[in-house]
Amino acid sequence: MNVPEAELTELRRRVKATRWPQREPVTDQSQGVQLATIQELARYWATDYDWRKCEAKLNALPQFMTEIDGLDIHFIHVRSKHDDALPLIVTHGWPGSVIEQLKIVDPLTNPTAHGANPSDAFHLVIPSLPGYGFSGKPATTGWSPDRIARAWVELMKRLGYTRFAAQGGDWGAMVTDVMGTQAPPELLGIHVNWPFTVPPDIDKAVQTGNPLPSDLSADERRACEQLDFFYKHGVGYALEMASRPQTLYGIEDSPVGLAAWLLDHDARSYALIARVFGGQTEGLTRDDIVDNITLYWLTRTAVSSGRIYWENKFAFFAPKHVAIPVAVSAFPDEVLQTPRSWAERAYPKLIYYNKLDKGGHFAAWEQPQLFSGEVRAGFRPLRGAQGQQESQRTVH
Amino acid sequence: MSASPSMPGRRSSGARPVTASALGALLLAGVGCTRMVSAADGDASAAPGVGNPMSTGLEIRPFHVHVPDAALVDLRRRIAATRWPDRETVTDPSQGAQLAKLQGLVQYWGSGYDWRKAEAKLNALPQFTTNIDGIDVHFIHVRSRHKNALPVIITHGWPGSVLELIKVIGPLTDPTAHGGRAEDAFDVVIPSVPGYGFSGKPTGTGWDPDRIARAWAELMKRLGYNRYVAQGGDWGAPISSAMARQAPAGLLGIHLNLAATVPPEVEAALASGGAAPAGLSENERAVFDALAAYRKAGSSAYFVMMTARPQAVGYGLTDSPAGLAAWILVHPGFAQWTYGDAPGKSPTKDDVLDDITLYWLTNSASSSARLYWENRGRSVTGAAAQKTAEISLPVAITVFPEDVYRPPETWARRAYRNLIYFHEVDRGGHFAAWEQPELFAAELRAAFSPLRASATNVARP
Repeated sequence: MNVPEAELTELRRRVKATRWPQREPVTDQSQGVQLATIQELARYWATDYDWRKCEAKLNALPQFMTEIDGLDIHFIHVRSKHDDALPLIVTHGWPGSVIEQLKIVDPLTNPTAHGANPSDAFHLVIPSLPGYGFSGKPATTGWSPDRIARAWVELMKRLGYTRFAAQGGDWGAMVTDVMGTQAPPELLGIHVNWPFTVPPDIDKAVQTGNPLPSDLSADERRACEQLDFFYKHGVGYALEMASRPQTLYGIEDSPVGLAAWLLDHDARSYALIARVFGGQTEGLTRDDIVDNITLYWLTRTAVSSGRIYWENKFAFFAPKHVAIPVAVSAFPDEVLQTPRSWAERAYPKLIYYNKLDKGGHFAAWEQPQLFSGEVRAGFRPLRGAQGQQESQRTVH
Repeated sequence: MSASPSMPGRRSSGARPVTASALGALLLAGVGCTRMVSAADGDASAAPGVGNPMSTGLEIRPFHVHVPDAALVDLRRRIAATRWPDRETVTDPSQGAQLAKLQGLVQYWGSGYDWRKAEAKLNALPQFTTNIDGIDVHFIHVRSRHKNALPVIITHGWPGSVLELIKVIGPLTDPTAHGGRAEDAFDVVIPSVPGYGFSGKPTGTGWDPDRIARAWAELMKRLGYNRYVAQGGDWGAPISSAMARQAPAGLLGIHLNLAATVPPEVEAALASGGAAPAGLSENERAVFDALAAYRKAGSSAYFVMMTARPQAVGYGLTDSPAGLAAWILVHPGFAQWTYGDAPGKSPTKDDVLDDITLYWLTNSASSSARLYWENRGRSVTGAAAQKTAEISLPVAITVFPEDVYRPPETWARRAYRNLIYFHEVDRGGHFAAWEQPELFAAELRAAFSPLRASATNVARP
């Protein structure tokens, strides 16, 4: 990968020429990305930021393209030095990219360098979703999560993997969950950090403001409150892209418009992402954030990435009847933190559940060590001879 | 139409002459060309509140639009530099404004289109500003030459502006030139909603439809009207409804072309995606099905988005003319619009670009979206959400068949206990005043005629 210098110059020119709205009339993020935050991001982007460092990071990893079902698929493929490593396909979501997953490549492929056992090693495949990053952009309809799921199985088979696992969050979780329902014989199990577990009657009650069941546990009640907040204050971006993705011409034409749109996934994610531009040092770095936005800009995928919402026919929260083994990690700053009870009900072969005390929607990006630990622990029951048995029965 | 230069009732007495274009300059300061404006237009200190020690806070100042050339040059430069996405993956508008059509429109915007013509149309009308509740409110005020004309305040919505309403000014103020009678005449007041067009942008929260309604009552009072009516569609409807609910002294009644009539049990069924409530008539059932289909098609996603995160939408629209145009055209009111392909059909390509350009030049993408946030997700068409049960003033409704919602008369009667007029006309849509100005004016004449008897004692200001 080597983006022409002229494109980077043009990007900086556009950022510097940004025409700004006036400041929001509130003193918090309740109306969306705050002017001071995005202006600080823009200043950094146009002056100190260096895309070439990101390019070097990506180019340091083995990357490939292969055509599947008529579309070019870009992917990173890192094989562990440990021969019995478990092949794992990890899928990003929106507004993410393969950049979200870079920090987990070494912990997962080279566990002994990160305090873990050789028996926890993975061969890692990290594809770019169709319409995202360096993958091709579908010119016609039909690239819904179930078609992507089938393409991923084909990709893994093409790489010679006859038994493998899958992992995802956000759209990556949707694709992974759907792979679970398709249950190809090669797929041993899945790990999701966006589980699909909200009982349909509760989902409906929250959406319509009807009374919730009186016997909810504290965790369930909290999840309902989080879901209610998301429906009231957060779901707009998703509805917009699900219904009129092509309307977002502004974010293909305006780097700052794109940055603001990508920052505003949901209130908690925004708080976690934006804090670095407010002077806090914890979590994601400026370069993490701007690398991802710049990837969207340079690959011109602002609009094409939104089309997966339009293509999708599955519910964002409801269980999909996955019958194969499933591992779940529930991060506290996720849109909602899945209670164990819902995970048990939604996934009859739940082999692992852990409720964590830190981390949010972009768990692999924000908390790579913690996340890697979850993936190792989640798939441990599926490894070796024991794993073959575990995959046949339910473990709670 | 644009108001003819000989339009009667030009009002300037009692108003302090102002370097009006300098006011425009202040309003445009957010665009970042204050310096150029000052150089081109002279003394910005003549603008209200800056160098006016005699200010009482109640004065009405003439207003004239003049956008600096630099802003127009910058707009054309940005249009020419538009970076486009790839084409939509469908062959219809179901994913939003289609690339080829939008490119055609934007290309014309950057080359053939002339904003100065829109400016001339506006400047041919008497325009004013006055500060109400801390906000400079811009408005058009055209008085009829006919005695006993009925004053009406007409409110636009999103993504509209005063520009969608100027075609009705002639028919309403000068009915005899448009097939009406002298006794059908109106004095017309057309304000820009706070955050829209040449009105000020709120820097704090609280400017919801109720507060705007109170400001409108103050405006009419300040203009000396003690008997008047109000009219609105889109946001103008909740604002006019709020006026009727508040029933300020002098308000005789309202006319709506997007009335809040959906009954609570129908709203509930729609919200849950459930079946239609039992007992609907055939016509009511058809309307229910249309509302359900509207929701299912995601036609209100823009509404949800601007309600939740107006600032997040705003950055791209403020920085990208094409982005702004596409976002404005996503409004379902434009679903039938053919990008000006049908000659003579209103709104024309220029009409729509006038409106989009007004949003651009006044930097109103974010500030206009905030009205949704202020509204806190209340349904604009729901009778309960708009508290129509609290309205006892006379209400008149015209249903335009291509609007986003066609309420049955039964629901209208349930929602408004004092419904004096209900008429479904045979043509026109969401932007009725823009699309069918003569018909729209005829509806206002018919709807308000029962209220004129009580308005005969209008004191001329």
